[in-house]
Amino acid sequence: MANILHVSSSPHIYTRESVQRIMLTVVIALLPAALGAVYLFGTRALILILVAVATAVGAEALCQKIRGVPVTIRDYSAVVTGILLAFNLPANAPWWMAVIGSVFAIAIVKQLFGGIGYNIWNPALVARAFLLASWPTTMVSNTDYPAPRGGTLSGLTLEGITQATPLQLIKNNIAPVFKQISAYSASEVETARKALDGLAGADYFGSLFWGRVGGVLGETSAALLILGAVLLLVRGYIDWRVPAGYIASVAVLAWIFGGPQGYFTGNVLFHVLSGGLLLGAFFMATDMVTSPVTRQGKWIFAVGCGALTMLIRLKGGYPEGVSYAILLMNTATPLIDSYTKPKIYGGS
Amino acid sequence: MFSTIATFKGGVHPPEAKEASRDKEIKTLELPGKVVLHLQQHIGAPLEAVVEKGAEVKVGTLIARPTGFVSVPLHATISGTVKAVEECLHPAGLNMQAVVIEGNGKDEWEPVPAVAADYSGLSVDELRKRIQEAGIVGLGGAGFPTHVKLSPPAGKTIDTFILNGAECEPYLTADFRQMLERTADLAAGIRIVRRILGCGRVILAVEDNKPEALQALAEKFGEEEGYKVTGVQTKYPQGGEKQLIEALTGRQVPTGGLPMDVGCVVQNVSTVLSIYDAVSRNLPLIEKVVTLTGPAVRNPGNYRVRVGALVEELITRVEGAVPGNLGKAIMGGPMMGLALPSLDVPVLKGTNGLVLLEEPVPVSAHLPCIRCGSCVDTCPIRLMPCELALFAENDRWDKCREYFVKDCIECGSCSYTCPAGRNLVQLIRFGKYKVISEDQRKKK
Ligand code: SF4
Ligand code: SF4
Repeated sequence: MANILHVSSSPHIYTRESVQRIMLTVVIALLPAALGAVYLFGTRALILILVAVATAVGAEALCQKIRGVPVTIRDYSAVVTGILLAFNLPANAPWWMAVIGSVFAIAIVKQLFGGIGYNIWNPALVARAFLLASWPTTMVSNTDYPAPRGGTLSGLTLEGITQATPLQLIKNNIAPVFKQISAYSASEVETARKALDGLAGADYFGSLFWGRVGGVLGETSAALLILGAVLLLVRGYIDWRVPAGYIASVAVLAWIFGGPQGYFTGNVLFHVLSGGLLLGAFFMATDMVTSPVTRQGKWIFAVGCGALTMLIRLKGGYPEGVSYAILLMNTATPLIDSYTKPKIYGGS
Repeated sequence: MFSTIATFKGGVHPPEAKEASRDKEIKTLELPGKVVLHLQQHIGAPLEAVVEKGAEVKVGTLIARPTGFVSVPLHATISGTVKAVEECLHPAGLNMQAVVIEGNGKDEWEPVPAVAADYSGLSVDELRKRIQEAGIVGLGGAGFPTHVKLSPPAGKTIDTFILNGAECEPYLTADFRQMLERTADLAAGIRIVRRILGCGRVILAVEDNKPEALQALAEKFGEEEGYKVTGVQTKYPQGGEKQLIEALTGRQVPTGGLPMDVGCVVQNVSTVLSIYDAVSRNLPLIEKVVTLTGPAVRNPGNYRVRVGALVEELITRVEGAVPGNLGKAIMGGPMMGLALPSLDVPVLKGTNGLVLLEEPVPVSAHLPCIRCGSCVDTCPIRLMPCELALFAENDRWDKCREYFVKDCIECGSCSYTCPAGRNLVQLIRFGKYKVISEDQRKKK
């Protein structure tokens, strides 16, 4: 028995959970939506996803080599960032945009701040904001987004309406009409009214649910996003409070303020299922590193995301507000954590 | 009888790992050839050795006496000759004063003053005195003298005595076996403690993974007024005093306070049995039941051993238990136990288990915090372990204080659950130590 004994602080056993296991599960949870994107948008989607992932992983390894720290690409966190970045690109984005976005996300937003755990903002979202600022036409063009297989860009096939993503349609083409009905011809008003009815139809929710509408790669199919989210919820890798608080606050605000025809007429399902809300609420607002650690903090964070999203969608310059809402709340996260310390056992 | 499953907030569910030893009856091991009895077996005033090298001692001979109220005497646990009074390796890894006794293999006992079989005539003070004189301390490396816990200062009334039969540490089954095998003695011990405390309510709490023990205790107390046998949820650290009090009474011990402050006293199974032995038979604390188990042990079981026996000798006495690829030896359970620096250290009064792990032993990953919040959700004190650890790493002692570092009970739930494998408890313990020593400096 001349063994050398290991001496270390208690505890001496650990959970089998690991960063790697969590990130790998997130990758798996993103797969349905990724495969859906390839089905809906074809090989262009596949190429963008693969290029983004490969670049993200390569950039992570290179940065860590340069920084002289251990290379941790095996923790799959760069893969997650790559997929999420690709999910935020339209299918017509050129491949080099995926490269630039991934390098920016990993090198600037993640590694420059010290690597996993130290970044303040969600890397994929900052990179998206960067691409949006640099190539606004590709990133938010009204009409250039490709239509998905079996659907149209707006998800509607009405005569006389512009083809744009659903949120662009309501913001740029429908809402303005109702704001000043007198300025439009009777037929224009009629078209807008029909479009509005169309967006509330049962068929339309089918399209939003299955992804027969236009949008960036990862956001179109609610069904596939929810499928992946269920896996993460069951495994406890995302806290239900964040998506619940986020989606519920969007729903309430959409109902109150979201209707072009007046208060309490908003189309709740439309606002919840369209755009990037589900992708954001389940996969980006829930990013552990950039969201609060306390339960109370998670509620505040989630409701803040919801409120900001609706503020931007209804009043802001962009049709969609999910990314900026989450980034703003990421900024507030350290503050939220410090103000929501749980009441300790036996404390007064 | 049993009632609904009470529990506390937070906690973790490590694998229970009790199967290997839970059905093994307690065996008494052959006498050790030598014992090492550290003068520091408990928190409180230090002991003063009263024997010198060469002295002949018997089992029960006083070898060191207390120097204050918060202290208890130490007795020889085998008969033989005092070989030395010197610094010896303590399980905590430091060298500390100890009395070393070489056995003569005869197991001669000090004549114990005969006690009347009926101890009901003793006053509460006499009962306490016997408990102190028997040298009884609580569990863990920092055991607290039991008679002190049983002496609430004037002005504090105790209304609830809780028998802690949770045994929530994985692997350990010593308390479970004693609850089954010494049920009558345990019941008698509980009645003694109740008398000392003069409290109306006694709650016997056992984790619900030990239904046999619940059954045995329920049979002893039946529907008797004032006694309640209750299952508590199997969850770590259910057996923490504060957690048990929260689970059973809904009260919270105020920060910086003691269970007494909320009218509660908690004692665990082996302590109550030692109390019974001291009161009914005048026996000092010389033996402990220890679970020897773990993946590296080929013959796991529960053994009655003499305090001071060396771990190495103990292992060789258990046939077939000699581990080939031992990687880590833990005194206590795997969540809060001490990793032994060597097997050449003795069993202490507060020892209840020896868990031996094989190579390769589990090691933590030491990655940066990914802010998953798991530690915050599991901390039974509702601290923010991730923040405390960061503050401790960056010497922010003021921040440690602001985030209540002193309230940490060092249960290890946070480190257990951390997916990044951060050594949270180690960092937090250091922060706690810094803040407490700062406090002491200020007092002076
Ligand atoms: S911070 Fe302390 S009390 Fe909380 S889980 Fe960690 S060790 Fe236990
Ligand atoms: S469990 Fe570990 S990784 Fe998660 S917040 Fe706590 S310290 Fe950070």
